[in-house]
Amino acid sequence: MSNIQENLRYSKDHEWVSVEGDVATVGITDYAQEALGDVVYVELPKSGDTFAAHEAVGSVESVKAVSEIFTPIGGEVVEVNDAINDAPESVNNDCYGAGWMIKVKMNNPGETDAMLSGVEYEEYLSANA
Amino acid sequence: MENLKKTPLNEVHRALGGKMVDFGGWDMPVQYSAGVIAEHLATREKAGLFDVSHMGEIHVDGADAIPFINSITTNDVTKLVDGQAHYSALTNERGGVIDDLLVYRFAENKLFLVVNAGTQDKDWDWISSKRGDFDVDLRHASVDYCQIAIQGPKATEILQRLTKTDLSAIKYYHFATGEVDGVSSIISRTGYTGEDGFEVYADATKAVQLWNKMLQTGNGEGILPCGLAARNTLRLESAMSLYGHELGDDISPLEANLGWICKLNKGEFVGRDVLLKQKEEGLDRKLVGFEMVEPGIARDGFPVMIHGEKLGVVTSGSPAPYLKKNIGLAFVPLEFANVGQEIKIDVRGRLLTAVIVPTPFYKREK
Repeated sequence: MSNIQENLRYSKDHEWVSVEGDVATVGITDYAQEALGDVVYVELPKSGDTFAAHEAVGSVESVKAVSEIFTPIGGEVVEVNDAINDAPESVNNDCYGAGWMIKVKMNNPGETDAMLSGVEYEEYLSANA
Repeated sequence: MENLKKTPLNEVHRALGGKMVDFGGWDMPVQYSAGVIAEHLATREKAGLFDVSHMGEIHVDGADAIPFINSITTNDVTKLVDGQAHYSALTNERGGVIDDLLVYRFAENKLFLVVNAGTQDKDWDWISSKRGDFDVDLRHASVDYCQIAIQGPKATEILQRLTKTDLSAIKYYHFATGEVDGVSSIISRTGYTGEDGFEVYADATKAVQLWNKMLQTGNGEGILPCGLAARNTLRLESAMSLYGHELGDDISPLEANLGWICKLNKGEFVGRDVLLKQKEEGLDRKLVGFEMVEPGIARDGFPVMIHGEKLGVVTSGSPAPYLKKNIGLAFVPLEFANVGQEIKIDVRGRLLTAVIVPTPFYKREK
């Protein structure tokens, strides 16, 4: 059973965002990290890079597989979690905390409204996974 | 998923939290709840337990068992003594590899072949077709057997508690028949991890008993059940070939650094003339080990670029959990197949630097 936190918004690509003002923190969900297995490498964009919603911003690699990270919202990257270079396992151990990936200053904060709530994401998982 | 084949341990894997995948038509655990890194490290440092019951077993009995198998495999079966096994290859007329296999000699008229899971039907058809006038009985006995591998520095100690057979008397690539937890077994000092350990073959109906007993007995030593992902990273660190990656119908064993199992002077065998010619004229390409210099992970099938040209391909690439490096095996043109040669790996469009290094990447201390 996946850990889903009710206070976050979710994408169908298995990213989560947490919003504070116009800045969204982005990471991958418990379901995604579980499906990948042991994460060994995370490739992230640089601060200052800009992306449209649903663009690939980097990738997460486990021993067995690689998966792209898509940003659910558009904007400018204002901070990246450099700590996961040295501790990629935090994506497995604490995907909603220490395993966060980027902070994005959103062009259009309303974009998160289109994302799934925890309940909706859970329903999406049971229907599709 | 309905048509996937199952080993006798399928339910046990699920109960242990195994993440099941379709592996060449078999429903197998790719990892358990501990995860691939923990499983890999347990095997290097303590012990790992692997269900390899999907592998194929073929009995070859009869007066011509040795000359027959010698005529279709590359290694020299006449050199085996009773209780000994060797690694070998089944080759086609083009000198390509139909499969790699273990050949066990029980007696002069009794051999036992262990082949890969996904290739066993192809192997069986090929071997049967080559029988000709040889005085042999062939039996495809895969469903009769389970095979459980216990590998790692603690493997011997753990298994010894379950058998009266003196395991210290079984040398590497030798085997004995005996009882494990009261179950008659073939106890073979072989493996696919680069560690010391054993592969135990027994009646398929005893698989669950043997598996549970070995796990239980090794609990204090920290034994972990290991899935296919760890099996792959362990063999890759040890630079052992995997069929369909480093070996295939159009890959010569000489290219794959398996010259040591190609006894070209032993007499005629299928593909020998081609291999002999390759040896005389030299190879075009060779399998090498490489290590990533820039951050990034090479994966199977990624192109190898040298001086801006695609000149090779990664056959297996992965993070190496024990070595903590990103490594791989690749075919490159012979002229570049030298330790220290810099190459580029095309990682999804980015050319990342790697360097050719000696293999095996990992060698256990004896």
